[in-house]
Amino acid sequence: MTDTPLISASNLSVHFPIAGGLFGPKKFVRAVDDVSIDIAPGTFFGLVGESGSGKTTLGRALLKAVPITGGHVKYSDNGVNYNLGELSAADLKEYRKRAQLIFQDPYAALSPRMTVRDIIAEPLEVMKLTSSREETDNRVREIAAKCRLNLEHLRRFPHAFSGGQRQRISIARALVSNPRFLVADECVAALDVSIQADILNLLNSLQTELGLTFLFISHDLSVVAHTCDHVAVMYLGQIVEIAPTKKLFSKTLHPYTKALLSAIPDLDPDAEKTATKLEGEIPSPINPPSGCKFHTRCPFAQDRCTAEVPEWREFDDEHFVACHFADELNL
Amino acid sequence: MTLLKVENLTLGFDTDEGRIIAIDDISFELESGEVMGLVGESGSGKSVTAKSLMKLNPDNAVYDPSTRITLTLDDGDVDVMSLRTAREMQVVRGGAVSMIFQEPMASFAPAISIGDQMTEQLLLHSSMSKREATELSIEMLNHVGISDAPSRFNQYAFELSGGMRQRAMIAMALSTKPKLLIADEPTTALDVTIQAQVIDLMKDLVAEYGMGIIFITHDLGVIAQTADRVAVMYLGKIVETGTVRQIIRSPKHPYTKGLLNALPDLNDLGAPLTPVAGDIPSPLERPPGCVFNTRCPEVIEGRCDAALPEVTDLGAGHHVSCFAVPQPVETSV
Repeated sequence: MTDTPLISASNLSVHFPIAGGLFGPKKFVRAVDDVSIDIAPGTFFGLVGESGSGKTTLGRALLKAVPITGGHVKYSDNGVNYNLGELSAADLKEYRKRAQLIFQDPYAALSPRMTVRDIIAEPLEVMKLTSSREETDNRVREIAAKCRLNLEHLRRFPHAFSGGQRQRISIARALVSNPRFLVADECVAALDVSIQADILNLLNSLQTELGLTFLFISHDLSVVAHTCDHVAVMYLGQIVEIAPTKKLFSKTLHPYTKALLSAIPDLDPDAEKTATKLEGEIPSPINPPSGCKFHTRCPFAQDRCTAEVPEWREFDDEHFVACHFADELNL
Repeated sequence: MTLLKVENLTLGFDTDEGRIIAIDDISFELESGEVMGLVGESGSGKSVTAKSLMKLNPDNAVYDPSTRITLTLDDGDVDVMSLRTAREMQVVRGGAVSMIFQEPMASFAPAISIGDQMTEQLLLHSSMSKREATELSIEMLNHVGISDAPSRFNQYAFELSGGMRQRAMIAMALSTKPKLLIADEPTTALDVTIQAQVIDLMKDLVAEYGMGIIFITHDLGVIAQTADRVAVMYLGKIVETGTVRQIIRSPKHPYTKGLLNALPDLNDLGAPLTPVAGDIPSPLERPPGCVFNTRCPEVIEGRCDAALPEVTDLGAGHHVSCFAVPQPVETSV
């Protein structure tokens, strides 16, 4: 691991304008609000949070798939540097080869009218990465084998495959352009548990073999815990806690992280639920609460939380949190 | 009291590619006040089983003549298979049997207010007046923890959040006071935090109303927190049944063991994940013999792919269908 992060976002914001009144002030959905993260090369960086917390938008911003409203995202890999805020059209095409996305639902992500070979070959053709059909075929076969697809599979159409096989096809498509950085957006959420483990193991071995860097987005903390090196917890467009995975689980600092953890149903039917249960639901990102955005649902909220935005601080080596009472709570 | 008795349920679908066997000769019973979890991966036939209890499967569904589904109600037994007309079937469609679906957004009509949908079924299934139905519906919405129920009553499904919609769905399903509630993946589309709230709510309601529940899910953690008894399904077969503790703590069928091992363990982050090997066979290519033999780590060549394993009674309500599980006489612990 080198010291330079592969992806470095500083004060990144993505705000979507929404229709306000004719003369009223323009309103924004603050999907991602002042987020700073560094993703080290060759690691799995996990991003968790409820739906509506801005995980997907953050992932897409790092791929430059949504307009960046504020802040910077820098990509640097062995002397190749991009500043995503000001990419030229040519640079954007280059960046697309290096950064790819694996989608959540393998049933919706694959065209039913294309053979598996054509699906995997499409990025090569669009990006003009190969010069002959033979070269394309070779590359498709090579990547298909890496993703444990049979050569015979390549001639078939997606409908003939199960969820796990389809997800392997979408992974092959994402990897065919030889990217360095991958955003896996809930890539196992639509799969059965028996298959989920298989896909996670595949991603892991591909990561080691090809030296890839992943942003792994999931709402499932137990999956993230097993896959990722670092985890960031997101709530209403902001990161509330970042830590190396083991630290996050052994010493949880933010009440929201704690609530997410204790909401995971325990496999032991007799488990005592000492849970910090969350009341209510995530507020609207159009009108986020004042102060600490989590104060409306936080069981430990005090007056200060309503009034004052908690400072983002390094609590412990590599363990960052935004909570006024991180020192006192002892969750 | 036995509320529901399903015997030899066998069901196929006629398609262009031939008849697909979705459910292959399954039998189970459910008591009043009992929560039975139905677990298995997609394609195992969980939802089809649930829908056959309400005869909601599409027209190309073909039930085997030996299939018997009996619902025991206060005023006598109902033979579900003999119900033909829509009027006859009202008793299992919202009357004595209610269903909560997985995707509440897809199951509410988008252009009819929540309130109208709630009262519609009450007017259909009871002799209530419109006013009584409205009062009861608002009371039910309150009961499931929806704040400001009178104004929510007039809203549409898109105006409610996911968790709120699922609560409204539960309120709607319970307002006719069903004897049997079928919950088909009721928490799968929800966030873990909301899922925890909905599970708590359902537990409270079972305790209060005492109805029988069939709880379908692929999440064994959710099962552990809700069910009394569990049936594990694979490719249209029930491979193992038992109490929730028997299934979670001492699973016997290799498939049940595989499902449990595939779950990430939060107490042991370093442990490698062990998937169930291979992929689920297409229902058009059902393996001969034991349906799990193509993926089974304990497969006995020449036996598992040749004959169907009998149901072995392990005692205390624990049943398994597997050749690799020794007969209980040999394993007197």
